[in-house]
Amino acid sequence: MDEKWTTEIKPKTGWFDIDLQELWQYRDLVVMFVKRNFTVLYKQTILGPAWILLNPLITTVIFNIVFGGIAGISTDGVPGFLFYMAGNTMWTFFSSCINNTANTFVTNAGVFGKVYFPRLTMPVSQVLTSLINFLIQFAMYACFWLYFAVQGEVHLTVWMWYLPIAVIQTMLLGLGVGIIVSSLTTKYRDLAIAVGFGVQLWMYATPVVYPLSSLWNQPKLSFIVSINPMTAPVEAFRLATLGTGSVSLGGILYSLIATAVLLIIGVVLFSRIEKTFMDTV
Amino acid sequence: MDNMSIPQREPVIQVKGLKKQYKLGQIGGGTLTADLQSWWARVRGKEDPNTIIGTDTRLFGQTFMALNGLDLTVYKGEALGIIGRNGAGKSTFLKILSRITAPTEGSIKIKGRVASMLEVGTGFNQEMTGRENIYMNGAILGMTKAEVDAKLDQIIEFSECGDFIDTPVKRYSSGMFVKLAFAVAAHLDSEIMVMDEVLAVGDMKFQQKCLGKMSDVAGQEGRTVLYVSHNMSTIRQLCTRCVVLDQGRIIFDGDVEQAIAIYMDTTDVNLVHYDLEHVNRMNVGGGKRLRLQSLDFLGKESSVFSDTELIKIQIKWAVSEPFSGINLKMNLHFRDGSPVGITHPVDIGAAQPGKTYTTTFTFDPSLLGEGQYYFYLDIFDGDLVRAVCLDKPVTEFRFEVTSGNLSMPEWSAGWGRIHFPGVKLLEED
Repeated sequence: MDEKWTTEIKPKTGWFDIDLQELWQYRDLVVMFVKRNFTVLYKQTILGPAWILLNPLITTVIFNIVFGGIAGISTDGVPGFLFYMAGNTMWTFFSSCINNTANTFVTNAGVFGKVYFPRLTMPVSQVLTSLINFLIQFAMYACFWLYFAVQGEVHLTVWMWYLPIAVIQTMLLGLGVGIIVSSLTTKYRDLAIAVGFGVQLWMYATPVVYPLSSLWNQPKLSFIVSINPMTAPVEAFRLATLGTGSVSLGGILYSLIATAVLLIIGVVLFSRIEKTFMDTV
Repeated sequence: MDNMSIPQREPVIQVKGLKKQYKLGQIGGGTLTADLQSWWARVRGKEDPNTIIGTDTRLFGQTFMALNGLDLTVYKGEALGIIGRNGAGKSTFLKILSRITAPTEGSIKIKGRVASMLEVGTGFNQEMTGRENIYMNGAILGMTKAEVDAKLDQIIEFSECGDFIDTPVKRYSSGMFVKLAFAVAAHLDSEIMVMDEVLAVGDMKFQQKCLGKMSDVAGQEGRTVLYVSHNMSTIRQLCTRCVVLDQGRIIFDGDVEQAIAIYMDTTDVNLVHYDLEHVNRMNVGGGKRLRLQSLDFLGKESSVFSDTELIKIQIKWAVSEPFSGINLKMNLHFRDGSPVGITHPVDIGAAQPGKTYTTTFTFDPSLLGEGQYYFYLDIFDGDLVRAVCLDKPVTEFRFEVTSGNLSMPEWSAGWGRIHFPGVKLLEED
């Protein structure tokens, strides 16, 4: 008999049982989640969406005082304020991608346990929310940049064409790491706490509050920082907008490959876990 | 649409050899601490504090087949009822069908989209308005924005929430919440609808409206409905075919009345202890602010009572926020699901978080005719008129009433359920 079945539900089979086409079909849901993230985040706050700008502004000022003023770390001759804001803008984007996706399964267990939709829509919408926040913060950065540029202190370089790739890479890396963590937290929730420390440590292994060039006389530290896939995007971001930064083609290539590998591991792990996590959460 | 010349029915769901295995006692507690706790309890021979309820400790470390080889074909336009006692595998089956969890063995083939409502208002966000939630819920259930747009007016009208549609749903009463949620699900264009016990909430009038809508969905629109309920009267009203599940297998498939009769025979009335920690709740957000932990029929080995004795019941509960007055009532049903009555609310006192409270009360069954009954326990804040339900487990607490009066003949079903006291004769002047 000629039967046209649209769906077949089978036991979880291979590791590569991933349905990305379905994710595309649910794009309206992703948009909806992004909207919801914004609605919910700033409900019942006094300053509302102004927090998107206040957060990086305050952090930048603090970085400027602590690392620039007290610790006296070099900023490669770039105005400290811009230097820290550049690093912080990229890092906030990256860390919010991780932090907002790392708890996907645990925080959504209630919804996931009652209705099916492609689970990836959740983390994807989270990183898109982070992307929008980033773009707003980037616009603020651009305003400050313009102020310094008019005074002739900074200038764009040809690396500006690489910026979109660096931004998307940062997002995908954050997504990859976040969903790996979220998959593992279904078994052990301790990891959710560890991730907070982890991201903070990771920041210090990334040239956010110091330039990569300041590590050149310290080979061990330099090595740790260079195997960090976030190093290249942050340095490239500075190189593009501030004219200083140590970016090599090899470093970029390595960082892109590392991102791809982590993202693939993340998606595979996530797709594997999503089918049965309800039995373990 | 329907072609009378071809009597052949078109299958839309085909289940083959479906099995779902759960590991008993080995389910991780979620944190290392909980795993250690379980291990320590095992070492001392105590009950594992992290075991999923309803698991028999004799089976510890073994596996448990929630579904044990299910074969079923559902045809287009059918309204299939699925009944069976707690733990028979109904919910597991629906969860696999709704793709919430994967089977261990076997397969389900589906033709068309499945919209499942395993709980009312899943994915509703308290901060968003009714309208936003309609879009959200529609998208979660697999509709595109354009599809929701096309049905928006119908959905709002059906939900009876028109005036409040732009108000955040956190200001909705639980009844409005249910109506809105159901309205979205009922207007989906999915070919298959799966519903688990969702009609237990909502008022009678709306329940009837929903049942009517469901019948239309199945009968006229040619869509297929799978409906799980413990309420036999809704099964009777809605379903055209019914299967009875027991211990993960289908023990009957066919006529609704026959299925109900078989289900009643398998129902266990003898339980005297109910663990309520992990059962589903009927009310929205149920059991979060106040949670019933267990219920016991005291002083009995089985819950069979003579109509001359008092039923003594003990509940354990805890709260997550302080309450000044909490009310308790019993919603009494005959075993076929038809309502018998409710008890007058009784204030069980104030409560503070961090403590487990024990409340013992009695219920006088002397007015009930012989037969098997069950009740739901409803804990709420406020009075009957302005009640905010705090906890209402879906568990049916079953008991049987036997006649203690030997001079009475056997109770006849035709007499109803209530055995009133005899009329009082007035002295004639």
